[in-house]
Amino acid sequence: MAEFHEVSPNASAGEKLTNWFENRLPTAFEAYRVHMSEYYAPKNFNFWYIFGSLAMLVLVIQIVTGIFLVMHYKPDAALAFASVEYIMRDVPWGWLVRYMHSTGASAFFVVVYLHMFRGLIYGSYRKPRELVWIFGCAIFLCLMAEAFMGYLLPWGQMSYWGAQVIVNLFAAIPFIGPDLALLIRGDFVVGDATLNRFFSFHVIAVPLVLLGLVVAHLMALHDVGSNNPDGVEIKGPKAPKDGKGHPLDGIPFHPYYTVHDIFGVSVFLMVFTAIIFFAPEMGGYFLEYNNFIPADPFKTPLHIAPVWYFTPFYSMLRAVTDEMMYALIACVLAGALFAVAKMKMASVFKGAILVVAAVVVAMMLAIDAKFWGVVAMGGGVVILFFLPWLDNSPVKSIRYRPSWHKYLYAIFVLNFLVLGYLGMLPPSTIGGRVSQAGTLFYFGFFLLMPWWSRIGTPKQVPDRVIFAAH
Amino acid sequence: MKTMGFSKKIVLGLMLAFGLTLGVHASEGGLAWDKAPNKTNDMGALQNGAKLFVNYCLNCHSAAFMRFNRLRDIGLTEQQIKDNLLFTTEKVGETMKAAIDPRQAKEWFGANPPDLTVIARSRAGSGGSGADYLYTYMRTFYPDAEKPTGWNNLVFPNVGMPHVLWELQGTRKPVYDIKEEHGHEVQVFKGWEQATPGSMTPLQYDQAVGDLVSYLQWMGEPAQNDRVRVGVWVLLFLSLFTVITWRLNAAFWKDVK
Repeated sequence: MAEFHEVSPNASAGEKLTNWFENRLPTAFEAYRVHMSEYYAPKNFNFWYIFGSLAMLVLVIQIVTGIFLVMHYKPDAALAFASVEYIMRDVPWGWLVRYMHSTGASAFFVVVYLHMFRGLIYGSYRKPRELVWIFGCAIFLCLMAEAFMGYLLPWGQMSYWGAQVIVNLFAAIPFIGPDLALLIRGDFVVGDATLNRFFSFHVIAVPLVLLGLVVAHLMALHDVGSNNPDGVEIKGPKAPKDGKGHPLDGIPFHPYYTVHDIFGVSVFLMVFTAIIFFAPEMGGYFLEYNNFIPADPFKTPLHIAPVWYFTPFYSMLRAVTDEMMYALIACVLAGALFAVAKMKMASVFKGAILVVAAVVVAMMLAIDAKFWGVVAMGGGVVILFFLPWLDNSPVKSIRYRPSWHKYLYAIFVLNFLVLGYLGMLPPSTIGGRVSQAGTLFYFGFFLLMPWWSRIGTPKQVPDRVIFAAH
Repeated sequence: MKTMGFSKKIVLGLMLAFGLTLGVHASEGGLAWDKAPNKTNDMGALQNGAKLFVNYCLNCHSAAFMRFNRLRDIGLTEQQIKDNLLFTTEKVGETMKAAIDPRQAKEWFGANPPDLTVIARSRAGSGGSGADYLYTYMRTFYPDAEKPTGWNNLVFPNVGMPHVLWELQGTRKPVYDIKEEHGHEVQVFKGWEQATPGSMTPLQYDQAVGDLVSYLQWMGEPAQNDRVRVGVWVLLFLSLFTVITWRLNAAFWKDVK
């Protein structure tokens, strides 16, 4: 047992109460110090560092509004659509809660994409923050599952047919595919059984995993310390410290970054509430028009598009056609030959690489392109997990990379947005070609990173972070 | 500083891409939709729309998520609703159910008439808002002897629904121009020719349909105008709050060197 502290009998009631709790639950007080009042974060955080806190805020909004929605929502194929309209009309302030939740879903992805972009440009995934990044990627994956299953619940036409299309993709997996799709749906088509299990996953299973991962993400972050726009370690052995051993370039999270984040939160809330109150459908991007028609298993909509946050990956799926397979096979062969010719390793490994490449090519020829489309779509997310080991640049932050890296990252972002845009449109010849080129660029960016990230002369990284007093 | 320039480029790129995505709804063939008047704040228009809706639409279409007593929001009393608008039910707390038997409807029209509660929200698309679509749709019926109901529609070709407001509008025929395009002769819609007069003048009819469509738009989301009113206050509060948090942040960071 920890030492029992006494306070003077003249202390204020507040001090006595605090002392009473601290003697009985020192862990909470320790956690507050470690994660808030004595967590030293770099002083030089900029605009991009707001999105982590905002993601937490949106998570809380989604959980709280979700709790209230579940009080009135009915996960039943015959009642679901009507229960959502009941919430929108008959439940006092139900429309507000529902719009907060539906806008929150899109806001979550906006915030998380910007958060990931921050990590990408400042090298926040580099040693020793690999686990922070991996937990983050897992959160992103969970979020996609959460959004996908939540989207079925209003039981509109887009809910229904979107789920039908995506679940059918699993059927493309060789051997186990059809049974797997059946297991996910719980029926031969998307139906009541699907709605019930998606509801269960959406309101309890995935959120639990998500919360666990958020805790792991934050614990890993606070153990290794935050990166910053300069990519300079403020807690390293060479970093300057004050008399108490605190980093000179750091500042306690509370109160400095709490007030900072509250300011960011209020700006964010202005945008968020402006959408909720003035444009909750966001022109059909946040709430699709078709989804105001109840699900009808006998009427397939002309154009089925996922919600905007999935469309970059959906484009990658559609990009993989029979023709595209030849381009991909050429990439696999070129990659294998390049590895054999250029890399220094035992000839046993080189032989193994050639054998693996031959097997992969044989599989690519044997299995339907649709399956490889699914692989591309999943691979587009999974490849992010490997980023810490793909980047070989001698410096972390984009600030000190060779100038052309900045243009490459700009093209990467633009390419991702173009893929997202094309994913919303009905398929077209020219759009298909552009998304094929975009898909190759997306994967090329990551798979060739071990080489290109080493090219060029980085700028001199300063010893300490660059901080201009406000 | 160079990095700032980079951030700006990214933001610019994002804005550019956002501009691109806004173009998603830009192009689609077919008759251009007329712009519907928005009268969702005009109680008189909404009441007239509700009257038209109950008299002409509710025979075949339901509005199964809409309760009669919600019409109090557009300035009617429960007694007025009971006396003038309740044909299919006794209780004002009931939802608006169609008089027709769904099985018969399917037999007569080939399909079940869709529920109209959120029809104005669901019909939005590349051509404009759902109200624009409905406003155009209700004004582009024409007689067509080849159709089982004797009616056809310009924005919804081969529609199963007959022109229920024909007594008000009369009958009209579309007039086409023949034009050469890429070596083909194509029909281009030019305008309308009144065949038989209705009980309303064309202007009165457009106004009546405008009222009806505004009612449908209001019914799609009865809270829509409250939403905007509340939103103004929320944003006013947040603007003030943002000024406070901005200064609070500045006060804390002022001495950080």
